[in-house]
Amino acid sequence: MYRKLYMDAIEAVHLCKSFGPVTAVNDVSISIPQGGIFGFLGPNGAGKTTTIRMITGVLIPDAGSVHVLGTDVNKDPLGAKLKMGVIPENGTVYSDLTAKQNILITAKFFGMSRADRERRAEEILARLGLSERKNDIVRTFSKGMRQRISIACAIVHSPKVLILDEPTTGLDVYSRRLVIDTVRHMNEQGSTVLLTTHNIEEANTLCTMISIINKGTIVATGSPEKLKKTFDTTRYVEISFDQTVGPGLFAAPGIFRAEQWGDKWRVYTDDPDRAVKHLASVAERDRLTIVSIATSNPTLEEAFVQLTGGT
Amino acid sequence: MDWKVFARSIAVVTEKNMRIYYFKGPVVVFGLLFPLIMFFTFFIGRNLDIVLFFPGFLGMMLFFTASSVGPLITPWEKREKTYERLVSLPVILESVIIGDLMAGAIFGIGITIIVFVVSAVLLRLPLANAGILVLGFVLGSIAFAALGTLLASPTTDNPSNIMMLSSLIRLPLIFVSGIFVPLSSLTGWEWILTSLSPLTYLVDLLHTALNGDAVYPPWFDGLVLVGVILVFIGCAKVIQRRNLVKGI
Repeated sequence: MYRKLYMDAIEAVHLCKSFGPVTAVNDVSISIPQGGIFGFLGPNGAGKTTTIRMITGVLIPDAGSVHVLGTDVNKDPLGAKLKMGVIPENGTVYSDLTAKQNILITAKFFGMSRADRERRAEEILARLGLSERKNDIVRTFSKGMRQRISIACAIVHSPKVLILDEPTTGLDVYSRRLVIDTVRHMNEQGSTVLLTTHNIEEANTLCTMISIINKGTIVATGSPEKLKKTFDTTRYVEISFDQTVGPGLFAAPGIFRAEQWGDKWRVYTDDPDRAVKHLASVAERDRLTIVSIATSNPTLEEAFVQLTGGT
Repeated sequence: MDWKVFARSIAVVTEKNMRIYYFKGPVVVFGLLFPLIMFFTFFIGRNLDIVLFFPGFLGMMLFFTASSVGPLITPWEKREKTYERLVSLPVILESVIIGDLMAGAIFGIGITIIVFVVSAVLLRLPLANAGILVLGFVLGSIAFAALGTLLASPTTDNPSNIMMLSSLIRLPLIFVSGIFVPLSSLTGWEWILTSLSPLTYLVDLLHTALNGDAVYPPWFDGLVLVGVILVFIGCAKVIQRRNLVKGI
């Protein structure tokens, strides 16, 4: 009984996967406790999707094991998959079926009764704003609507573990918000969520725990705040002027580097107070008007860039 | 393994395939039109004994219909990116293979029964053994649906590649199967060549069922077809498992 109470939602141990000479995943171990939203971040080709595919039983690992709520994915794939809801990367739904038929047929795989299937399908379609289009063939849907159907199929059986591989990539703002709200709702209802994303801000606001993977290896794991604090030694001042300025303006002791971010400059320093004073003095000297100025601690994005070496 | 979940996964995969793939263009062309066109090409204008050749036509119909659904499913799903979603649902490789096979077999058996009933009424066909006819329909549809599933196993997300491969394999099997020439009239290398096609044994079984004048005993035809089913399913499983390991 004690063991069950503290069982991890997902436990991947020493996962390895190579494709010919290329090592995609090298000794990756993750323990995801029940109840949270776990983010899996990494640059393109870092091994995120390969890891997710091994966790969901779509890809057979070269070495290592995966347990979902105590069930071994490779030894008892049916038992493990019954506990999961999955949205694969680029995974879409059947375009020849209607929105509702897609959800109903997915529900059948999980052994839901006819009444439960109908009730749950209607409920989810309403939540995802698709009730009016429920009887339309999916082929006529936009990408955002298809992705919402994909989410609907993944949550129809109220899974204990929800795994989403880049669920918001390429979506418009409205669809993205609906997806994020649904993820939060599922988490509040008791589902443990594992998601990969390129959107670091999304991971920052959604996730309780994050792992960063680079070149097939986990390089950091922790809460977003903990990861940010790891890089607390560097801060920056963000400033914009009414005129175009060059990087030479920012050459001063204590300023490591300056990067242009749209119409602003981001000036990295270990002493923001000194940097602000310097910027104010050069603005006055060169008769520049400061349009905006702000200091900030490093973001999760900074931590990500530093951990992955900017790849 | 939870056998109830396994059986359910097969049933749902089969249902999904029946809803989506039965009315796809390649299935209609290769599964329905093709055997009819071949039949008419062969029989029209030639004074052949329809009753003598009908088991061959029925076998050809079952062969084309049952083997036309399977080759389409996996490549189509890989192209549409629905395959990965399917594999992440509570299914195992065997559920997908058997579900694909069942969809093909049901399609084959359904169409062939309709053709047989209509033909039997119009042409007043003889029926020597109804039990063997049913056995022939069941074994033949499963064997050729398994061939269809095997043909879909190589890695591709382009259904037309598989349909081409499928025609390349199915057409020669038709011509060496004793459909157009009675088995009893073959000798030497022709007989050896004909023995290599699984369709030969179905046609022979249908001869037993309809005319009662087969070359092989029905138990032998049945045994060969069961062997063929096991070999096709085994090969499909090996190839598709290899694809899962390679991630394709």
